Amino acid sequence: MASYEVIDHRFDVVVVGAGGSGLRAALGCAAAGLKTACITKVFPTRSHTVAAQGGISASLGNMGQDDWRWHMYDTVKGSDWLGDQDAIEYLVRNAPAAVYELEHWGVPFSRTPDGKIYQRAFGGMTRNFGEAPIQRTCAAADRTGHAMLHTMYGQALSKSVEFFIEYFALDLIMDEGVCRGVTAWKLDDGTLHRFSAQTVVLATGGYGRAYFSCTSAHTCTGDGGGMALRAGLPLQDMEFVQFHPTGIYGAGCLITEGARGEGGYLTNSEGERFMERYAPTVKDLAPRDMVSRAMTMEIREGRGVGPKKDHIFLHLDHLDPKILHERLPGISETAKVFAGVDVTKAPIPVLPTVHYNMGGIPTNLYGEAVIIDGENPDAVVPGLMAVGEAACVSVHGANRLGSNSLIDLVVFGRAVGLHCAETLKPGATQRELKPEWTDPHIARLDRLRHASGSTSVADLRLEMQTASQEDAAVYRTGETLESGVRRLDAVHAKRPDLRVTDRGMIWNTDLVEALEFENLIGQAIVTVAGAVNRTESRGAHAREDFASRDDANWMKHTLTWFDDATGKVTIDYRPVHSYTMTNDIAYIPPKARVY
Amino acid sequence: MVELLLPKNSKVGKGRHYPAPAGATNVKRFSVYRWDPEGTGNPVWDTYDLDTTKFGPMVLDALIYIKNAVDSTLAFRRSCREGVCGSCSMNIGGRNTLACTHGWEEVPGKEVQISPLPHMPVVKDLVADLTLFYAQYASIEPWLHTSTPEPQGEWRQSEDDRAKLDGLYECILCACCTTSCPSYWWNGEKYLGPATLLQARRWLADSRDEATGDRLDALEDPFKLYRCHTIMNCAQVCPKGLNPAKAIGEIKEMLVERVV
Repeated sequence: MASYEVIDHRFDVVVVGAGGSGLRAALGCAAAGLKTACITKVFPTRSHTVAAQGGISASLGNMGQDDWRWHMYDTVKGSDWLGDQDAIEYLVRNAPAAVYELEHWGVPFSRTPDGKIYQRAFGGMTRNFGEAPIQRTCAAADRTGHAMLHTMYGQALSKSVEFFIEYFALDLIMDEGVCRGVTAWKLDDGTLHRFSAQTVVLATGGYGRAYFSCTSAHTCTGDGGGMALRAGLPLQDMEFVQFHPTGIYGAGCLITEGARGEGGYLTNSEGERFMERYAPTVKDLAPRDMVSRAMTMEIREGRGVGPKKDHIFLHLDHLDPKILHERLPGISETAKVFAGVDVTKAPIPVLPTVHYNMGGIPTNLYGEAVIIDGENPDAVVPGLMAVGEAACVSVHGANRLGSNSLIDLVVFGRAVGLHCAETLKPGATQRELKPEWTDPHIARLDRLRHASGSTSVADLRLEMQTASQEDAAVYRTGETLESGVRRLDAVHAKRPDLRVTDRGMIWNTDLVEALEFENLIGQAIVTVAGAVNRTESRGAHAREDFASRDDANWMKHTLTWFDDATGKVTIDYRPVHSYTMTNDIAYIPPKARVY
Repeated sequence: MVELLLPKNSKVGKGRHYPAPAGATNVKRFSVYRWDPEGTGNPVWDTYDLDTTKFGPMVLDALIYIKNAVDSTLAFRRSCREGVCGSCSMNIGGRNTLACTHGWEEVPGKEVQISPLPHMPVVKDLVADLTLFYAQYASIEPWLHTSTPEPQGEWRQSEDDRAKLDGLYECILCACCTTSCPSYWWNGEKYLGPATLLQARRWLADSRDEATGDRLDALEDPFKLYRCHTIMNCAQVCPKGLNPAKAIGEIKEMLVERVV
C-alpha cells in the first residue's frame, strides 16, 4: 500500500455535512463554547438544502388560526402512524421558535400585508384535525431552502465554526461501539485527516442517487448512512422512499408542492382534475405518497399525457402572472429551462420522482444515535449523533409531509446543539486515536484508488440505479422486490471488478465517485431488503400484494444491518413509540388514513 | 528586468483527442481544459468528439457523459444540476456560466470550449480555487446585525421593504460575475468584486439590519468598492439574471447620501 500523509485534529464536536441540519447543529455547538468542526465535501451553500423550494412548516398562525396540535395530528397521519409521537411533539412544539430564530438571523421570508412571515398551503397540512387545507408553510418565495442555507452559513461564520471545506469523510472511527471521530480526505491537496471528537454528528443528507431519476443533487449519496453501515450500525425504515409528485418529466428537476399550494392542479389526458377522485377533501393538496400513487394509476390506466401517455400535467397557467412572479419565480425559471414551458401559458409535464428518504440512522429526540441492546430498544451509541435526512428520529414515519423536512433540520439541528452543550465539557480529555482504528479506512481508500478491474464506477452505479428504479418504485410487489434484491446483490458482487482510472490524490473525482458508490450500494440493498420484508402497505411503501396497512404485525420500525464483506442483510425491529413527549397531548391512535 | 512574458505554465498545449465512435452521425466537438497538479506538464486542451444523441441538452450533461463513458479522470464540480447550488460555474464558449443550465447548442461556433473560471488559480482541470472569493464574502459579515432586543415573534417587515431584497438575496455564490470582472482580475486581492458587493448591498438593503453605518464604513475604501468601473460584465454573465453593477451603484449612492 502507498504511504499516506495523515494529519490529526482534535475537536469537541465534529459535524459531517454543512446543509441545513449540519450548519444548525454546528453553530449551536460553537455558540455553546464547544470547539466545533464542520467537515463538508461541498462548500456549505452548495449543500442540497439549497434546492428546497416551498417552505418550512410551523404553526405560527399568521394566515388565520393554527395550533401545534393540528400540526402534530397532520404529521402523525402523514407518517401513516409510523412516526414516533414523542419526537413529533418535540418537532411541532419547537417549530415556531425555530422559524422565528431563522427570521431573526435574517432569512428573507416573504411577507403578509401586515409584515408577518407569509405562509402557504402544503400537502397534508390541515385545519382542525383534517377539516380543510391550512396555510402553515413559511416561505421565502420558492427559494426557502436557499434563503435558509445562506443565512445559516452566515450565522455559522459569525459563531466561529471551523469549516473543513471539500473534505470527503471516509469512515467513523469506532472503538468497541463508541464513536471516537471520523477520517477524511482533503480533496485539494490529497492529504488524509483524522478528526478526534467527543461527539461526531452525521448530517450527510439522503441517498437519492441510489435511484436513476431523482430530484436529489449528484452529491446526495448518503455518505453518513454508508459510514454507519460499515461501522456495524443499523439503519431504520429504509424501505420508505418518497416520490415527489412533480419532478419535471425527463430532467427530474423539482417543481415545488408550493405550486399546488398556490392553486396549481394536476390533470390527466382527459383534462380531468383527477385528484378530486382520490382525495375529495384536500384534492391536489393530499400528501405526496397519495398523489404519486394517483398519478401512477392514471398513467397505468391509459390516461397519461404526451405521445407516450407516460406523464401528467401540472397547471399553473390559470394563476395570476403577478403571483407566479412573486411567489413562484424559481420554478417558473426551472420549467422554462428544463421543460421549455412558459408556465403562464402551458402546463408543466411532471412525473413522480424520487425525492426523500424517510429512513436513516435511528436517533432519539436529542439526535443521539440509538440501537437495540437486549431489552432496550433505545440504547444510545456513545459519541455518535445524526440529524436531518441522514437520521430517522422518526418524525416522518412512512411518509414525510412537504415542508416538514426544513423544520426537521433546524429543530433537531438545534436539539443537537443544546444536547451537546448540556452533556459535553469543552476541551474534555479524549482517548488517543489508535492506528488500528483508522488503518482499515485508509486501506479502503487505497484499494479503490488502485482498483483495476474492468467495470467503471459509472456503469456499476447505473446498474444499481436502474434496479432500484424499476424494482422499488411507487408501487411494489414481492416479485419486483425479489428481483431488486437479486439485481442489487449482483451489483454488489461485481465490486471487486471495479475500475478507477485516475490514480491521483488531488481532486480525484473518479475515486470520490467510487467511494460514493460504496456508500450508496449498501443503502440500496437494505432499501429493497426492508421493502420485501415488510408485507403491508404503509405511507410511501405501497405493496400491491399486501394492499392494506397491518398494524397488528407491522406497527414497528425496521432495522437493517449490512455486512459489507458478504453482502448479507440482517433485519430486526424497534417498537414505534406509542407515547407522546408530555401530557399536553395524548397519543393519537391509528385510524384509516383518508383525505 | 521587467518580465513581459507570461509564466511558462500558462501556455496551454494540445492534449489528447478522443475521436467519435464509429457510426455516430450527430457529432460535436468539446474542447476541455485539462491540468493535472500531480503531473509535470503544462495545461492542455483535450478534444472530445461526442455523439450528441447520447446525452442531454446541457453542457453539464456533456461533461458527465465524458466522465461516465469516455474519460473518467476529468475533474469538475457539480451538484444540484438545476442552477441553484452554484457548483458547476465555468467558462463555456468564452462566457462564465453554469454548465447545468447552459445548453451546448447555445454555444456559438463549431466547438464547445470549456475552461475553468478565469483568473483564479486552477486546482485541477475545471476546478478553480475559490478560497479568496469565499474569504471576501465572509469579510462583509453576511449575517443580520441588530442591537434592539429581538421580538418574541418575527421582526415586522413590510412587503415593500421585503421587495427591496429581490434581485439581491438570490445570489448563488457561483463567482461567474466576480471572475468575469477585469477590475477583479487586476486587483482581486483588494477589490471585493461584484458577488461580494451584491451581498454587501443585500444586508444594507434589509430593513431589519441595524448596522448600516458600520457596513458602509467598512466599504468606504478606494479598492474594496471603488474599483468597480461599471464595465458590466457581471450583469452580462450572471446565470441568475442579477445585476451586481446596479447594487454596487446603490452602495455608492448610499455613501454619497450620508455625506450630503
